[in-house]
Amino acid sequence: MRNPILLIIQREFLSRVRKKTFLVVTVLGPLIFAAMMIVPAILASLPEDEKRIIVLDEAALIVPNEGRDEYPLEYLDPRENDLESAKAFFTTSEYDAFLYIPTGESWDPDFIKNNILLFGKDDPSINMVQYLDGLLETKLNEEKLLRNGVDPEVVAQSVTQVNIKSYTMGDAEEEAVQSATPIKMVLGYIAGMMIYFFIFFYAVQVMRGVIEEKTSRIVEVIISSVRPYQLMMGKILGIGSVGVVQFLIWVILSGGIYLIASTFFLPELLANQADMGAAGTPNVQDVEGLAIFDIMRSINFPLILGGFLFYFFGGYFLFSAMFAALGSAIDQEADSQQFMLPVTLPMILALITATNVIQEPNGPLAFWMSMIPFTSPITMMIRLPFGIPIWQVFLSGAILIGTFFAMVGLAGKIYRVGILMYGKKVTWKELYKWLRY
Amino acid sequence: MAGVFDYNRMIKATNVSKRYSKKLALDGVNLNIPKGSIYGLLGPNGAGKTSFIRIMNQITAPDEGEVWFGDRKLQPSDIARIGYLPEERGLYKKMKVGEQVLYLARLKGLTTAEAKSRAKLWFERLEMNDFWDKKVEDLSKGMAQKVQFVTTVLHQPELLIFDEPFTGFDPINTNLIKKEIKRLSAEGATVIFSTHRMESVEEICDHIGLINNGQVMVEGPLLDIRKEYQNGTYAITTKNEVAQWGDAEIISKNSHHMGIAYMVKSESYPGTTVSALAQSGNLVSFEEVLPSVQDIFIEIVEHGPKTNRHA
Repeated sequence: MRNPILLIIQREFLSRVRKKTFLVVTVLGPLIFAAMMIVPAILASLPEDEKRIIVLDEAALIVPNEGRDEYPLEYLDPRENDLESAKAFFTTSEYDAFLYIPTGESWDPDFIKNNILLFGKDDPSINMVQYLDGLLETKLNEEKLLRNGVDPEVVAQSVTQVNIKSYTMGDAEEEAVQSATPIKMVLGYIAGMMIYFFIFFYAVQVMRGVIEEKTSRIVEVIISSVRPYQLMMGKILGIGSVGVVQFLIWVILSGGIYLIASTFFLPELLANQADMGAAGTPNVQDVEGLAIFDIMRSINFPLILGGFLFYFFGGYFLFSAMFAALGSAIDQEADSQQFMLPVTLPMILALITATNVIQEPNGPLAFWMSMIPFTSPITMMIRLPFGIPIWQVFLSGAILIGTFFAMVGLAGKIYRVGILMYGKKVTWKELYKWLRY
Repeated sequence: MAGVFDYNRMIKATNVSKRYSKKLALDGVNLNIPKGSIYGLLGPNGAGKTSFIRIMNQITAPDEGEVWFGDRKLQPSDIARIGYLPEERGLYKKMKVGEQVLYLARLKGLTTAEAKSRAKLWFERLEMNDFWDKKVEDLSKGMAQKVQFVTTVLHQPELLIFDEPFTGFDPINTNLIKKEIKRLSAEGATVIFSTHRMESVEEICDHIGLINNGQVMVEGPLLDIRKEYQNGTYAITTKNEVAQWGDAEIISKNSHHMGIAYMVKSESYPGTTVSALAQSGNLVSFEEVLPSVQDIFIEIVEHGPKTNRHA
């Protein structure tokens, strides 16, 4: 007799891949994902609406007609207005905000800095407040310097910004590659988010599949032909292979895009680099363009892709086994909520700590989170672009594999009882009891 | 006796027990299901019928005891020789009928080609040729029931197990399926019906096992059991009223166009009374009334099995 698991895998795989939604998700998925990253960035960079600010500058701090395009400043004459009349004027005017700079008894910068007022028709935006803060700070600083007999010009010239160029020493190559920390951070975030979505998306499909078999009452027909464990494993493997195929399609698609991009743009850049080397006069713009390609090449993509596949499979196995057990225990998806949260909490925790992990990719938090199997897929994907000791990868992989074998065993026990249990409100205590049936 | 070679045995259970946390679902069950029989596994809801069926289908394993299939212990490969229609049954709603039938048959070990040719025959026989490319969700309930039946029998199992087969099936399908089951039985298959509606299988079963609270109350050929539990009830129809019944007691009396129908109960065989009626020309019909399975069950629940009463 042929191995029934293969038949089950085949059915689970084909019934999903043949659906139109698979095609749509596969093609649109990356686009939507890219849009999710890009659209907020674009929106944030859009210029704000113009906000007109009327200023009563009793201290004569700001030079008239200063101000940015978004925040044009206009002035009331301090000789003809006081705070009350200016406020009255502002209320009836079309201005969006009113800035009041008092002068006090004597012209004291420390008094002024504490008594500047800003009134808005609605809540003044953080951007506006920050801009005005900065402007007034600079002015007051200059005043203070002048009072202490220092020329602000001298100070401006002495301010120095340091740009450290950090390098990572290559293992074998003599040539050190320029480290690409910001790009690695972005890559780590994306990889961590993606593996979370991937694991969650496919593990939930396993749960749905189990619930479907249970509610359609076909499950007992099936398990009179195959062992419940085989049905569960067939489902997990079948749906997992859909995930792998989808991932590979995405890799091939983006690889194709990269190839096209590099065929058309890279040779030009390389030619420029050669010229540059000969002439010794680097063209700044081209160097920047080339740097991205350089950085991209400095990142170990095969390791990241391989890691993604491995941690997807490991994490997916672990979580889908738990989700299969949950699915078997409940009669309809609506009942799943109370059980889902405790199960997915570790993954969410891994996402929440992503920032800390990125700031210190080899710190203790990052280390322990990548050893705990419930968080390791996400945390490891965040860390991988930074390059981590290989023994950690193997150790965390081994823990992950060991845990999922144990979990599949436990889940199988709950599953084989749960699929035949109808109309019972299930509790955690009940699930624990099933383990020992 | 376990292990004795028996050509005529399909299923033998010896001392099978199964416990679910606190509930003892099966309590030392001994059953013999003869090869080629139509066997009624009867008992109220919760008696343990489904628990036993799941053990035969190896969905669960007994805590104690053994189950024999034919001449050897039940083995994992035997599931290919069993066709099971569970009480909780269904099909993949989004899957096409043909694909689904082939898939379920292949899970039972058929090759695609075998499954296809047999499916074609059954689809022809049950007039469901136009179902093949339809999705199950587009079928009527009756149509889906036919598909379900075909998936149960397609792999030509030696043993067919139907759990509450006539609940949920419409009357037309019920008759159709009874007919097909009789045909499969005539072709040599052993059939087990499990139901709490005892009257529904009386006409087709030749063997029964009555089960209550996880224990087998009585088991054997249906006719033997009914004779054993004969309680001295006779149906006698006469042309005219009968004044003298001797030691027999009248349970009921109804007049109808054939005359007067008496139901009498008598400790001893009412031979003399009946021959006297026959000689006087008053007798229209005389018949010993065998108890229904339902009656037997109620009597056993109230008084215990007959075999135990002597012991």
